[in-house]
Amino acid sequence: MPLSALTGTKLRDRRLAAGLRQADVAARAGISASYLNLIEHNRRKVTPEVIERLADALQIDRGALTEGREAALVEDLRAAAARGGTDAEVERVEDFVDRFPGWAALIAALDARGRALERAVEALNDRMTHDPHLSQSLHELLSSLSAVRATAAILAETPDLEPEWALRFHRNLHQDSERLAAGAEALVGFLDAGQGIEEQGIAAPQEEVEDWLRSRSWVIPDADLAGGLEEEIGHLASTAARSLLRAHVARARDDAALLPEAVFAEALAEIGPDPVALAEHFGTSPLVAMRRLGGIGGVPTGLVTCDGSGTLTFRKPATGFPLPRFGSACPLWPLYAALGRPMQLFEARVQMAGQSDRRHRVIAWAETRHPQGLRGPELREAAMLILPDDGAGPVLPLGSSCRVCARGDCPARREPSILAAEGIA
Amino acid sequence: MAKHVLLIEDEPNIAEAIRFLLTRDGLRVSHAPEGDTALVMLRQDPPDLVILDHMLPGMSGLEILTAVRADPQCRDLPVMMLTARGRDREMAEEAGADCFMTKPFSNAEILAEVRAMLSQPRRAV
Repeated sequence: MPLSALTGTKLRDRRLAAGLRQADVAARAGISASYLNLIEHNRRKVTPEVIERLADALQIDRGALTEGREAALVEDLRAAAARGGTDAEVERVEDFVDRFPGWAALIAALDARGRALERAVEALNDRMTHDPHLSQSLHELLSSLSAVRATAAILAETPDLEPEWALRFHRNLHQDSERLAAGAEALVGFLDAGQGIEEQGIAAPQEEVEDWLRSRSWVIPDADLAGGLEEEIGHLASTAARSLLRAHVARARDDAALLPEAVFAEALAEIGPDPVALAEHFGTSPLVAMRRLGGIGGVPTGLVTCDGSGTLTFRKPATGFPLPRFGSACPLWPLYAALGRPMQLFEARVQMAGQSDRRHRVIAWAETRHPQGLRGPELREAAMLILPDDGAGPVLPLGSSCRVCARGDCPARREPSILAAEGIA
Repeated sequence: MAKHVLLIEDEPNIAEAIRFLLTRDGLRVSHAPEGDTALVMLRQDPPDLVILDHMLPGMSGLEILTAVRADPQCRDLPVMMLTARGRDREMAEEAGADCFMTKPFSNAEILAEVRAMLSQPRRAV
């Protein structure tokens, strides 16, 4: 399985920093100096075995050669290409990032800005369509404007207008211009009010909440939860995001009441990050244990949750396990198997497409609820915990989402990928 | 004999301006500010043309239009609708409106459309 071409640049930097010659490193790694030269100039991709040997030769961790800011940039550009169509030379994205990092960063930033603006347009459009106050205000403005236009035209275009009619139309014109001014002022006041312009496009509400959680490293101490965090919630830009975060904090507080920080940490140290065993230990639901595992410090976990439609409602990423920001995720995720069969545990060792040297252990579980009783709708919620690999068992190949997944022979593919197909490792 | 236009419009100043324009053009204009009154007037003094605002208090313009088209006595009346929103046009068309004017309309446009509609033969029932 080839690794990222960016590895070459990092390899060269680390070799030069160590003051070593190509020939020496090549000899230690058991490859030819000319092959190493090609690798360092990103003209050959390298297998995990070779990269392991090169890392050993340089006495560095293999991860130092395969991760970093550039990898994130590559992912951003791939996602941008997926959104923008198939004309971009996606297969050369790593080379592009390596050779023109400034331009690459600029494209990624422009793509992010473009998406923000698209969301702003969508939000404004939605608001224009569904906001009854706005619709009514615009109707009143148009009516006033129609009256002004018709009356003014009569005054301007009727030279023989009788004085009493002229007086009447002048009075009407004055009334309508006053009404127009008041209507415009009210409309501007409405748009400038609490749910103002800033709400319209900075980020989708879910992203705003996730950005806030990311700024806290996804951890909210129990003491903060107890305080309600109202002041911090109030700083979020949109009403919808504040509502989502308030609900998240309330649920996290309920979870913390069931599994308090101190005793949960003790149990975790004793049992390990096994949400089912932890749930048994505390006599609670595995979903609660999974959320607690995803929300405490010191455990390198990712966590995704979805509702009955499969829509991702929470996305805490794990290193090497990219999560889709838009659209649907990979249908092979055990999350969806769990969603289809609630109260049944799904566990798998998985490998993401494009992450040839990294595997994860995922655990998925779903539950049903009937908040309106027997005759009300059944609601489902599923969660998938993403843990570091424990090295045991066969590997299930997965992707992030079809558009940015290169697995050519995937039986679950629902749309073509923008990436060149690769075999399943 | 002057042709008769029934204007159904709740904005008094718009109604006054249209009424002035059409009267000056030799038409007889009656005015109803809402739907119930308009439906009574339609039967008591059938017009040759109806000018109907879309957004009205009580019955909407579409509801009035539906009632007109369902009434054998007046279902073939030509109806011009005044709309403030472009997407209302499709619904009005489905309900059977013959002509649309989008606010803010010009006096010349509305006058030209009224003349054109009144010069056409009444459509078959």
